[in-house]
Formats: sequence, structure tokens, C-alpha cells
Amino acid sequence: MSALKLHGELDAIWGVPRGWRGVLTSVNHSDLGIRFMVAAGIYFCIGGLLAMLIRAQLATPRSAFVGPEIYNQIFTMHGSLMMFMFAIPFFEGLAMYMLPKLLGSRDLAFPRLSAFGWWCYLFGGFILLVAMGLGVAPDGGWFMYTPLASKTYTPGINADVWLLGITFVEVSAVCASIEITVSVLKLRAPGMSLGKMPIFAWYILVTALMMVVGFPPLILASTLLEIERAFGWPFFDPQRGGNPLLWQHLFWLFGHPEVYIIFLPAAGVVSTVLPVMVRHPLLGYGWIVGSILVLGFFSFGLWVHHMFATGIPHLALALFSVASALVAVPSVVQLFAWLATMWAGRPQMRLPMLYIAGFFFTFLLGGLTGVMLAMVPFNWQVHDTAFVTAHLHYVLVGGFVFPMLAGLYYWLPRLAARRSHPLLGQLAFWLIFVGFNATFLVMHLTGLLGMPRRVSTYESGLGWEWLNLFSSIGSFVMTFGFATVVIDVGLAIAFGRRSSRNPWRASTLEWAMPIPAPSYNFASLPHVESREPLDRHHRLARSLAQGEGYLGRGRCGLRETTGVDMISGEVTEVVILPGNSGLPIVTALTLGVFFLSLLLGVYWLAPAALLAVTALAWRWASALGAQADLGALPIGLGQAVPPHHEAKDAPGWWGSIFALITDATFFASLLFGYAFLATVGPGWPPPQLAQPSLAATVVVFLAALAAFLAERSALTAAQNGRLQDATRAYAGAFGALLFGLLALLAFGWLGLPSPRDHAYGAVTWMLVGYGSVHGFVALVMLAFVMRRIGTGHVSPARLLEPRIVRLWLHYTLFAMLLGLVAIAIPGAASWRW
Amino acid sequence: MFPIVGLGLVGAGCSGPLSALDPAGPAAGGIFTLMSVLLALATLSFVVIFGLFLLALRRNRGHSVSLRLFLIGGGLVFPLSLLTVATVYAVVLGERITGARETPALTVEATAQQWRWQFTRQMPSGSVSRTDILDIPAGRTVAVMVSSDDVIHSFWVPRLGGKIDAIPGTRNRILIRADVPGRYGGVCAEFCGVGHTQMSFAVVAHDAAAWDRLEQGGQP
Repeated sequence: MSALKLHGELDAIWGVPRGWRGVLTSVNHSDLGIRFMVAAGIYFCIGGLLAMLIRAQLATPRSAFVGPEIYNQIFTMHGSLMMFMFAIPFFEGLAMYMLPKLLGSRDLAFPRLSAFGWWCYLFGGFILLVAMGLGVAPDGGWFMYTPLASKTYTPGINADVWLLGITFVEVSAVCASIEITVSVLKLRAPGMSLGKMPIFAWYILVTALMMVVGFPPLILASTLLEIERAFGWPFFDPQRGGNPLLWQHLFWLFGHPEVYIIFLPAAGVVSTVLPVMVRHPLLGYGWIVGSILVLGFFSFGLWVHHMFATGIPHLALALFSVASALVAVPSVVQLFAWLATMWAGRPQMRLPMLYIAGFFFTFLLGGLTGVMLAMVPFNWQVHDTAFVTAHLHYVLVGGFVFPMLAGLYYWLPRLAARRSHPLLGQLAFWLIFVGFNATFLVMHLTGLLGMPRRVSTYESGLGWEWLNLFSSIGSFVMTFGFATVVIDVGLAIAFGRRSSRNPWRASTLEWAMPIPAPSYNFASLPHVESREPLDRHHRLARSLAQGEGYLGRGRCGLRETTGVDMISGEVTEVVILPGNSGLPIVTALTLGVFFLSLLLGVYWLAPAALLAVTALAWRWASALGAQADLGALPIGLGQAVPPHHEAKDAPGWWGSIFALITDATFFASLLFGYAFLATVGPGWPPPQLAQPSLAATVVVFLAALAAFLAERSALTAAQNGRLQDATRAYAGAFGALLFGLLALLAFGWLGLPSPRDHAYGAVTWMLVGYGSVHGFVALVMLAFVMRRIGTGHVSPARLLEPRIVRLWLHYTLFAMLLGLVAIAIPGAASWRW
Repeated sequence: MFPIVGLGLVGAGCSGPLSALDPAGPAAGGIFTLMSVLLALATLSFVVIFGLFLLALRRNRGHSVSLRLFLIGGGLVFPLSLLTVATVYAVVLGERITGARETPALTVEATAQQWRWQFTRQMPSGSVSRTDILDIPAGRTVAVMVSSDDVIHSFWVPRLGGKIDAIPGTRNRILIRADVPGRYGGVCAEFCGVGHTQMSFAVVAHDAAAWDRLEQGGQP
């Protein structure tokens, strides 16, 4: 088939409608990735302007430019926007855009989820921006320490804007983490084993896995604080058994891995771009993969180094100090792998390499001051001073912004089909580099001379005047640099000369497709035999365009791509992806109604919005699957594999697994909070313990057992094709679970003290609430699977949905029972009927 | 960059009233020495790694490299040896500063509120309380028990030592000692609301005679 005809055929399947309809319904990963990056870039500009206001205020002593009320909003928004609205969404966008192209796939595993995440990000960001416009932006610092952020000390809506707006945005981060993890593991070109993946995919995989377990503690913390603020449940109030340090533990349990979540994708860009710039394949691939796995793992054991001054015993601090020092080692391994690659190659100082040099210089300094900060006594002295401000900017600008600019210039031909003029890019580099170092290098000294963070003014005579002025001047130079980048990219898009297909002579698959990228990426998918597929097959791009690879023709208008065995990369299934849909934006809007109703205190609307989200989720899931067994489908090159809903390891299965891991981390964080309060919370033991009702407990246990057994027989019946028996057994499981749910609520009602009097009551009610919400979701799922049997979507070959429901049901029963045990055992002295 | 900061220290004069680089007590002094050692190690690391980067940029024909030398030597042995030195030193110093075995000459309560400090000590003549001024005897170790009535604040006297948070519901201890009589600036280091910037205080270290007068109930 000719390449042009194939293009027409595939574009009809994968394309996006023109105009607004396309904008609102597109689920295409290239569209969404670019949207994420552009929006994140806009937030970077807004955050940068806020930073300019900060530097204008601090340029001279006793400045009266803005008062402390406004100043507090400015620095809080600067930090929050840069972290949550710029850094994370930007790399999510890059990953979304790049991964399928690097992995030889046509899209991500859950396209509608990408779109849903995009809309959540957009709407959540609007909440923050509108609040800022109205002058009620968050003002408690970007880590929102309690009790300052509690109702007593921040009575206004400011803190709620942060808690709800950021949580709304985090929904998008959690979606992206699951999406990316499953896509890297499952949606690759045939033959691409884990060891043949481009190194960037490894970095993004580890990052996404870290996000799967990194975000839940923060979401929990925000949930608890919002409940405390809205309903008076005292999780953090020391007068009622709460502990303000619980917030800090949960926040930094997220916040420290967050630093590596931001750094790793950028390091992935360096590992991708640097070898091309030095014309030598990356050395130490295995070492790098090992070191980022170690880094990802250890980054969860360091959170206490943000809390060295909170009065934790010194020997405990020493332990975290050692861990914080050791975590530098995997980063040094990466640095030396890059150095070795440079040493073996022939470096060319092209524009991306210049930005990588900026990364080396800046990030190295940030890392070194990081090791200094890991030393407890030194940390006591400089913690919460301008020294830390300087350090974190070295790490984040050095470890994220410079590599991302390198990536931007490297992939500009890929993204925009145009090339920029190197001179303007070089000018921008020197302005940013000099401006940045002028701003932040001296700021270390400002901190050592005693300037705390987050002060709105300072007196003269403290030795800070010329340092602050110097920083402010530097920051304006840096701003000119970033403005130059924006102008440069704008000019390149408008007037740049067209790029050739592989301008850097790179060897990864994203350069093996037309420029700009077609909606379906590859007209047919390659068989990958090495880490550098473009090296061996100079004609690869043309042969793929002519449909000589896998899936090289349209089939019944279905969006098809290959699913592979996670480790070996052997093709196992054809993944059939859903098409353009309005559901993502409608669901995100409905979820937005939920968050807004909480923000504005219209609490009756919140459950209604959640019910609507549930109904939309039902429709969402109904759109998938098939009503007939398709069997093995030919995919070209003489191979045939079944569609994913007839395969054992479908993406949806793994998506459910990782969603459950996120969920379980949330639950584990809650149990950690419970244990933490019980051990160190002031005012424990509580004045009134639970008086668990034995009858309710026994009913919950028996109902859980009945639901477990009924579901078991239901799935067995479905496996054997006895679908009517299966429906009946599912109905039994539904009834049993409903009974168990009611008994769980009765258990809380009969035995638990009020959640408002003491943190104990609040936490135990949270456990009951967690189990109940899961019980409700499991009921909906059981009903869904019964309906799907009725509509013919389930057969002995198509058991994906029943299997996923089993997974959720088992977890739900586990969570309900564990919650009960956690409540009942400490209260066992006062059992009653 | 570290040499530049070093020059800055010498050139700019590092003796501000809140300067951690002008220590006036054993804790701040110990930390200053630790900082100097850390700066030296960091400078060494920076010169080695960035130097290798610059050297590598100048190469224009490929060479075979010993991956083992780079990854094991540079990636593991090099950082681990420097980190071991730094960490052991820091842990030992931290134990000394927290002074678990030291008996302070005096214990003072420091209670933070939005936005002032209340310092209370027990004297033979009864309990004495002052706002934003902490009187201590020079040359003797004083334990400050730090707490808060509302939000989290942080007690920091840069010339005498590190900081400790003032957390509601908790009492934290920090040892300070001023070697010579004088007035030492202190600030709240943890962001605590609109008055955070103004929440400064002073530690006044009295010589032995003046301290005796204070103990007898005299006015400072």
C-alpha cells in the first residue's frame, strides 16, 4: 500500500475533528502533551513574574512596595505555581508527548485518562488564578504548615484555595503516574525488552512509580486539613489530641520524593541528549538504570531532613542525615556515566549541549550545598534562611530548567517542525546563566549573614543590602534570558526554516516518523532489536510509513497498537484504544463542581457531584470492551495475537493494580497518621475510647466473608460460561457487601466517639469513612459487572472486567476489615453488644 | 563558586549582628568550623567534576575509556569517602552541641506567640518575665525550653548557634552559651504569618557582676 493512502486511512481513524469540537474531545497524546507543556510554560511565566515582585520588594531595605499580606500571597503562589503548576505538569506533558514516539507506540495506554488529567490540571489552575486575582490567594507558604494554615490562624478562604485547588491538580498527577507507568510497561513496539528501552523511558518509568506512591501522603494531608478546617475534626490541633508535626511528616513524605520526581525526568533528558551531542552511545546504561532505581527507593527515606529543627532526638536525625548524604551517590554515578560518555565521544558545542553545560555547573553546586544541608548541625544554622532558598533554586533550576531547555531546543524540530537560530538561543543561555548565578550565588551568603526566608522587609545595617540588590539585579537579567527563549521559540515557529527529519542524527524512534507527527505516530510499528533502532535501519522511517511493520493497515476503524510482555517485549496482544470523547472534559467539570462546592461551603452539592462523577465513570467504562470473541488477530509480519480484553495482562489490569497501590499508600499514610498521633500526639490516650459493638463487628466479618465467597463462585461460573449463575452470584455478593457496609456504618455510629472532640475520634471515623467509600465503589462495580454480563460483554474469553472487579473487591474487604481491627484492638477493653 | 563565596566572606565582612559567620559561642563556633570543612570538601568535588566536564569538552576524537574507573572510582569511591568524613564529623559535632550529658547553669522558658517572644526564668526572688529580651549570664551554658502558644515559630540566635522550632503542644530544648558579654540578635526563622518579619528579639549576655545584680532582683 502506498504511504499516502495508508496515511489517509489511519488519519481517518486516529485524527481529531477540526475546530472547537476537536479541542474539547481530543484524547491524542501529542495534542495533550503539547497543551500540558504550553500551559506549564505559561504558569512558569506567571510564577516568574511573581518572583520579580519578590525581588523588587527585597531589592532595598524597608521597602514599602507591597505589605506583608500581599507579599505572603506572592511567595506562596510563586512556590506553589512553580512546583505544582509548572515543574510536574511540564514533564508530564513532555513524557506524554514523547513516550509513545520513543517506545514505538501509537498512543498511551489510557488516552481518555490523559485528557481527563489535562482538564483537571486546567480547571484546578483556574481556581488558583482566580483566587490570586481576587486577592485571596494562599498565604501560608507553599508547604502550608499547620497550625498557621488551620482555621484559627487562617480564617479566610486562602488556605482552602490551596488545599482544594492543588488537590484537584494532583488528580491529574495521579492519573498521569498510572498512565505513564502502564504505558511504559505495556505499550511498546514488539521486541523492545526492558533492556532495549531508550534510557528516557527508564527515567520516566521510575518517576511515574515514585508518583504512584509519592502523591497519596500529600493528598491525605490535604484531605485531613480540609476536613479539619471545614468540619472541625482536630487532626493537627494540639489542644484536642492532634499534632501539627503530622502535617510536616505527611507533607515531606511527599515533598522530598517530589524533588527527585522533578529531577529524574530532567536527568532523563540529559541522558538522551548528551550522547547525541557527543556522538557516542550512552555508556553505563545498566549502571544508570540501577542508580535511578536506588535513587527512587531511597528518596522516600529522607523526608525528615526537612525537619531537623523540630526537636526530634539527635541520633534519629543522624540516621536521616546519613541517608540524605548517601542519596548523593546515585546522582554522582550518573554524573560520571555522562562524563565517561563525553570522554569516549567527540563533543560538539551545539545549543542543547550549552544548556547541558549550564545544568552540570548549576546542578552540581545545588547538589553540593544539598550535602552540606544534610549535615545536621550545619542545617540547624541555615535551615529556613536564604541559604536554603539559594540551594533549592540551584537544584530545581539547575536540575530541571536547564535540562528542559536543552530538551526544548533538542526536540524543537520534532515538536514544531522548525529550527531556531542558534545565536538567539546562545544569548538566552548566557543571560539566564549569568543572571541565575548572580541572583542565587550571593544568596547563600545572605542566608549565612542571618536573613531568614519569607521576610517581607529587612532593616539596613545587617550586611544584607548589597547582596539583596545584587540578587535583584541578577534576577532581572535572568528574566530577560527567559523572555529571549520565548521570543526565540516564537520566531522559530513562525519563521524558522523547516527541519529535516532527523536533524541531530539521533538513533531513537521519535525521529523515525514524519515531521510534524501524524495523529497515529507510526503508520506501522517497528520490530525493535536494539537500543538504537535508527542506527541499523537507515530506511526504517520509510518502510514504516509504507506499512511494512506491524499493524500496517486500518481494521474496522479501530485504534490499534501493540501490547507487549513487560519484560521480554514480545508482542502479546493488540490494544484497542478508545477514540475521541467528550467524557473527559465533562467528568473533569463535574469533579470541579465537587471541589468548588467544598471551597464555597455549599456542602450539600458535594455528594451530588460525586454521584454524578460515579455515573460518568460508569459510562466511561461502558464504552470499552467487545460483545464477541475476536480470537487471534493478524498483526502483520506473520504474527497474530488476541485483542487486549481477551489477554491476561491487559493494560487495564495493570492500571487497576497501580491505582490500587496509590490507594493503598493513601490508606497506609492514614494508618501511619493514626499510629503517629497515638505515640506522640499531646493529649493521648484520648479521654474516651471507642466502645466497639461486637454484633456489628461480627456482621461486618461475616458479610465480608459471604461477599468474598459469592464473588468467587461468580467468577468461576463466568469462566465456565454459566453466565446466569454468575449474575446470580454477583447479586449475592452485592447483597452481602451492602449488608457489610451498613454494619460498618452501624459500628461507627454505635461505638465511636465524636470526631470533633479529639483527634482519636477524627482518625477512627476516617478509617470507617475510608472503608465505607470503598464499599460503595465496590457495590457500583459489582452492579456494573452484572450489567456487562447482561449486555454480552463478558464471556469465558473476555474476563478482564470481572477480574478487575475481583481485585477491587478484595482490596475493599481488606481495607474494611483492617480499619475495624485498627479501631477495635486498642478499644477492646470496653467491648459491648 | 566556593572560592567566590570565600572571597565574599573576607571582603564583605561577615560580622553582621545576625551573622552565622561571626560565632560568639561554642555551638555556633563548632558549626562554623564544620561549614569550613564542608566548603573545602565541596570545592574539591566541584573542581574535580566540573574540571572533568570542561576537559571532556575539549576532546575532539574519541578515546576508549575505563568505565570501571569512571563509575566505581568516580561514581562510588570518590563520593563515599568524602561523605564518610563529612557525616562522621557532623554526627560527633551534633552530639556535642545537643549536650545530652551537659548540665546547664540555668533553664529559661521561651514562649512564642504571634508575634513576640516571652522569656521567663525562675530567680531566687521569683519568676521574672521579659518580652523579646532574653537575659543570660555570659560564659555559662543556658538551656532554653522553647514552646509556642499558637502557630509554629523558630528560635534562632545566629551568633550563638542553630535554631529550634517552637511548636504548640511540645517543649523543645536548645543549649546556648555566649562566650563574652554583649547583645546578640535573634529572629523567628519559621514563617508565622503577617508579623513574621517583625518577630525579632535579643539575647543579652551579662558579665558576672551584672548577672549577680539581676539575680538579686535588680533591673537590667
